[in-house]
Amino acid sequence: MEYTEQVMDHFMNPRNMGEMADPSGVGTVGNAKCGDIMRIYIKVENDVITDVKFKTFGCGAAIATSSKATEIVKGMTLEEAEKVTNKMVMEALGGLPPIKVHCSVLAEEALHAAIQDYRERLEKGLPPVTEPDDADVKYV
Amino acid sequence: MKVYMDNGATTRVTEPVMAAMQPYFCEVFGNPSSFHTAGRESRRAVEAARAQVAKAIGAEPREIYFTGCGTEADNWAIRGTAYANVKKGKHIITTNFEHHAVLHTCAQLEKEGFEVTYLPVDEYGLITPEQLEAAIRPDTVLVTVMTANNEIGTLEPIPELAAVAKKHGVLFHTDAVQAIGHVKIDVHAQNIDMLSMSGHKFHAPKGIGALYIRQGVRIQPLMQGGAQERGQRPGTENLAGIVGLGKAIELATADIDAKAAGMRAIRDHMIDRILKEIPYARLNGHPTKRMCGNVNVSFQFIEGEGMLIHLDMKGIAASSGSACTSGSLDPSHVLLAIGLPHEIAHGSLRLSLCEENTMAEADYVVDSLVEIVARLRAMSPLYDDFLASQKN
Repeated sequence: MEYTEQVMDHFMNPRNMGEMADPSGVGTVGNAKCGDIMRIYIKVENDVITDVKFKTFGCGAAIATSSKATEIVKGMTLEEAEKVTNKMVMEALGGLPPIKVHCSVLAEEALHAAIQDYRERLEKGLPPVTEPDDADVKYV
Repeated sequence: MKVYMDNGATTRVTEPVMAAMQPYFCEVFGNPSSFHTAGRESRRAVEAARAQVAKAIGAEPREIYFTGCGTEADNWAIRGTAYANVKKGKHIITTNFEHHAVLHTCAQLEKEGFEVTYLPVDEYGLITPEQLEAAIRPDTVLVTVMTANNEIGTLEPIPELAAVAKKHGVLFHTDAVQAIGHVKIDVHAQNIDMLSMSGHKFHAPKGIGALYIRQGVRIQPLMQGGAQERGQRPGTENLAGIVGLGKAIELATADIDAKAAGMRAIRDHMIDRILKEIPYARLNGHPTKRMCGNVNVSFQFIEGEGMLIHLDMKGIAASSGSACTSGSLDPSHVLLAIGLPHEIAHGSLRLSLCEENTMAEADYVVDSLVEIVARLRAMSPLYDDFLASQKN
């Protein structure tokens, strides 16, 4: 199994990695049991994603697709960002080994979950996110 | 710095082994079964290697059968014993953390109507003679337990287990693929009836293995063909490979105590430093009943493949039991067998030494790990959540 140069670049030098102080929306998907958890934070102003950050627990492909996905959606309108698919992220990375395709699905899901979270907050008039969701993880 | 610490996966062919094999490609090439001088010369080389292998494990030359690899030896020992003993019974005992060469062979036999008991190992990967004794039935025909676990390095109490099998008149096989050259083995003194080995784990080339079968034990051959290996394993001998196996096992078992002590010192130094310098790390396997060259640790909140890539970028070859490196969604069955939760198993790392690794390499690897683990944790939402939970 070999990763493309783009995947290796995004893994070694991840873009937009980190947390966000006052995100407009947060999406966390995956579970630790399967070895992949992705969390994407977005800042939205006038329906445009002005900032995006990610944190990922997972393999090289999971980290690289998170990084690439954030790079792609930064500056997009929500409508545009909602149309971003795992396939687009994968292609932008020059492809993934077949057994890693599911990792890119997670990036799409995390992004869409963050947008969904933002929209729900907007509708329900909820306060901005302060604490990340608790992940269901056991520590030993 | 380039550091190869994946000797549990495979080892390099060392120069003396290569030199021993060299003449057996272009110069000495006769078919060992041929009558002429060229054939007889090859035959002598095969028999000399057989004697070297036998001597290294305390067997007689006629008890050694060359195979294509360790997996073939395991398959042959287990299936061959099962098929040869159907009149006595169809029950086999093994453990739940054997190599797949054993586990998948047993699973196949189950499909064919045999019964298999998988003894559960404890948190260190050990089983006890009492556990084995309780599992033996009148129709048990074979016990197969690995000498040393390939992932976490746990050393099973083989002489004690074999004694239990012998007491009940049951054949005892051990997969010693990881153990040769690291652990002292004397098949006769330790009541071992069959033992599998694989050359490339101790500096012989890939593609050559052997099965020791105690004299008087009859198992069915898996292949039909010519009279090679006394008709038990037909197929023209891998002449150069066999010569390499003989030389390699002679070197691997000479001075084994000193070599093991050297590896043990490096192993313990690495384990000590890792547990001291990296928080939320745990040692997998037993602290002392483990292979002299095996370090297996889990780091919480991170995933193994990321570690491997970073290590690789630093010139370090290692392996992991994470799902991502196993090609499935589940982490290693060995780590699950010792009771690790999935998320901890995903963050496992195996560093496997050979006698050529140095203390300087060990320090370089640990220094690199400290940095890599911190870097991956900084990216991990699990680590964030953990830190947040600590504050509350």
